[in-house]
Amino acid sequence: MIRLEKRPQPSRAWSLATPLLAVLATMIAGGLLFAALGKDPVEAIRTIFWEPLFGEFSFYYRPQLLVKGAPLVLIAIGLSLGFKAGIWNIGAEGQYIMGALFGAGVGLAFYPFEAWYIFPLMVIAGGFGGWIWAMIPAFLKVRFGTNEILVSLMLVYVAEQFLASMSLGLLKNPEGRGFPGSRNLQQYDSAHNAELIAGSGMHWGVVAALIAVIFAYVLLNRHMVGYHIRLTGEAPRAARFAGVNPTRLILFCLGTSGMLAGLAGMFEVSGPSGQVSIDFNVGYGFTAIIVAFLGRLHPVGILLAGGLMALTYIGGDIAQSNLQLPSAAIQVFQGMLLFFLLAFDLLTNFRISLGKPEVS
Amino acid sequence: MDLSAINPVLLIASLMVAATPLLFAAIGELVVEKSGVLNLGVEGMMIIGAVAGFATAVETGSPMLGFVAAAGAGAALSVLFAILTQYAQANQVASGLSLTLFGLGMSALLGQSYVGIKPPQMLKIDLPLLSDLPVVGPILFGHDLMLYVAIAVIAAVWAVIKFTRIGLVLRAVGENHDAAHALGYKVVRIRIMAILFGGACAGLGGAYISLIRVPQWTEGMTAGIGWIALALVVFASWKPWRVLLGAYLFGGVTVVQLNLQAAGVAIPVEYLAMSPYLITILVLVILSADKSSAPAALGRNFHAAR
Repeated sequence: MIRLEKRPQPSRAWSLATPLLAVLATMIAGGLLFAALGKDPVEAIRTIFWEPLFGEFSFYYRPQLLVKGAPLVLIAIGLSLGFKAGIWNIGAEGQYIMGALFGAGVGLAFYPFEAWYIFPLMVIAGGFGGWIWAMIPAFLKVRFGTNEILVSLMLVYVAEQFLASMSLGLLKNPEGRGFPGSRNLQQYDSAHNAELIAGSGMHWGVVAALIAVIFAYVLLNRHMVGYHIRLTGEAPRAARFAGVNPTRLILFCLGTSGMLAGLAGMFEVSGPSGQVSIDFNVGYGFTAIIVAFLGRLHPVGILLAGGLMALTYIGGDIAQSNLQLPSAAIQVFQGMLLFFLLAFDLLTNFRISLGKPEVS
Repeated sequence: MDLSAINPVLLIASLMVAATPLLFAAIGELVVEKSGVLNLGVEGMMIIGAVAGFATAVETGSPMLGFVAAAGAGAALSVLFAILTQYAQANQVASGLSLTLFGLGMSALLGQSYVGIKPPQMLKIDLPLLSDLPVVGPILFGHDLMLYVAIAVIAAVWAVIKFTRIGLVLRAVGENHDAAHALGYKVVRIRIMAILFGGACAGLGGAYISLIRVPQWTEGMTAGIGWIALALVVFASWKPWRVLLGAYLFGGVTVVQLNLQAAGVAIPVEYLAMSPYLITILVLVILSADKSSAPAALGRNFHAAR
């Protein structure tokens, strides 16, 4: 008979091994899925995980890894702070949109004036946009005890409608011949989040993501606030006795994650995407949830997980054009990853023992 | 702008149709939460139900078979949630989210070849005389069968929870799983049954959207209704009949909003389309002051140490 015994402490070894196991299991299950779709599973997996890194056109795909990974890491770092403390911001997609709108709005307001301070102002506006959008669920939670999961998620739909309204109205390109969407910020030097080294994929968003990783690492390991976050997540009662102020913690976690999501949106709209358009958001805010868990809510882990998830995005695109693999298959693939991860987490917290229970 | 074009009788009739997916999903989730489990995967189970029901109805030509398949698909997806939370002891919030992400992807994959097809029509109940009554006819007797099934499910859940032993056990498990376990009730088994019921109901709700409400299949067509259903359970403070009230309220907002769009009110379409979500938030704020009626063990995992 199989029994579960709760480990007195989560196993460190398993905690590191489970993400790898989950990726492996996802590859197998994904292979089966691709086979069911009539594709060669080995070829499909190879295309997704090998082609972007070492394939013939890897010189093109490797920079994309940074471009796709940066927003994921940036958002996931913010989310992980809250998740650690049991504060669930799942509306990062909305905060990402609002950050992009605020950032682009400030940039477009200056058009066609050129100045060095425009881009920094846009960065501040983008962070503020995400922050203020996340402050809505945060404020409602601390003031009225409203569930932050539902409120932050509802605000995603509101933000999507707002995005549509902005790209059809206020921010629409006056010279766009009536097409929806704003001016292209890539053609406006002062607002363009250009590559820092041409052809490397390295833009300010990547820099910001790396800074966020270091910041989160220091915060969690060396700072009182980080200690409070961990304490609240692991032992809420103890945290209360230790004098942790839950209100401030909620405002901090939701605010920070909103700000980082807003920054991600701002860097995306002023760089790789270039313009505000109805279909600007592609679900980074939701994929970042998977990234945060896959990275074990640890800053360094999130960095690696963000890279891996970016890989599946790019590999998915290649598989789509080379093997006619449907784009939704990659979404399923990413969803499976989270499933397996949560399932294998059992091994971290429990010991599986075979045989009859012993008398203790 | 021409508000006189809005016919109040048709408005109420279409409000009931708009509310039915919410009814199904919310009453299912209510039972799940009564057992002490928080399943945030409603959206995922709904959309899987929507695509499974649609595909089955198109292939077999029978909407009823579609609904059966939808309930099956929703329950099948909820099995994954049950395994994760009841056996693998995974965090319920994260598991529910994974269910939604997976469901959205899977449905898009399954539904690819069904975009742009019209499903077979579900026959409306047509009672001679009664359906022809003015005002009352279209509102009470002019709907499809599933709409009445949804109301019947609410009544059944209410009766079971209030009057039967099963309902008592369900509530006991949701209020205090350790005590229920000590009394000899199979906590895990009861919760799995509740999760399956919730999955089947969410599947039905999804299929109602794709087969009757819209009727068409488009990617991500549930558009947050699963999440509104979750909010609705809070709104109803875990009481079945209040779910009905809440669903009709939200259905009303949606329908009025659509009618205003059609009538060409001076408010931009996007802001009208936001309104159901904003009102959901507003309602959550008003009602979240009172948490006393929530099942005490909601969201807590149960692991029998011995």
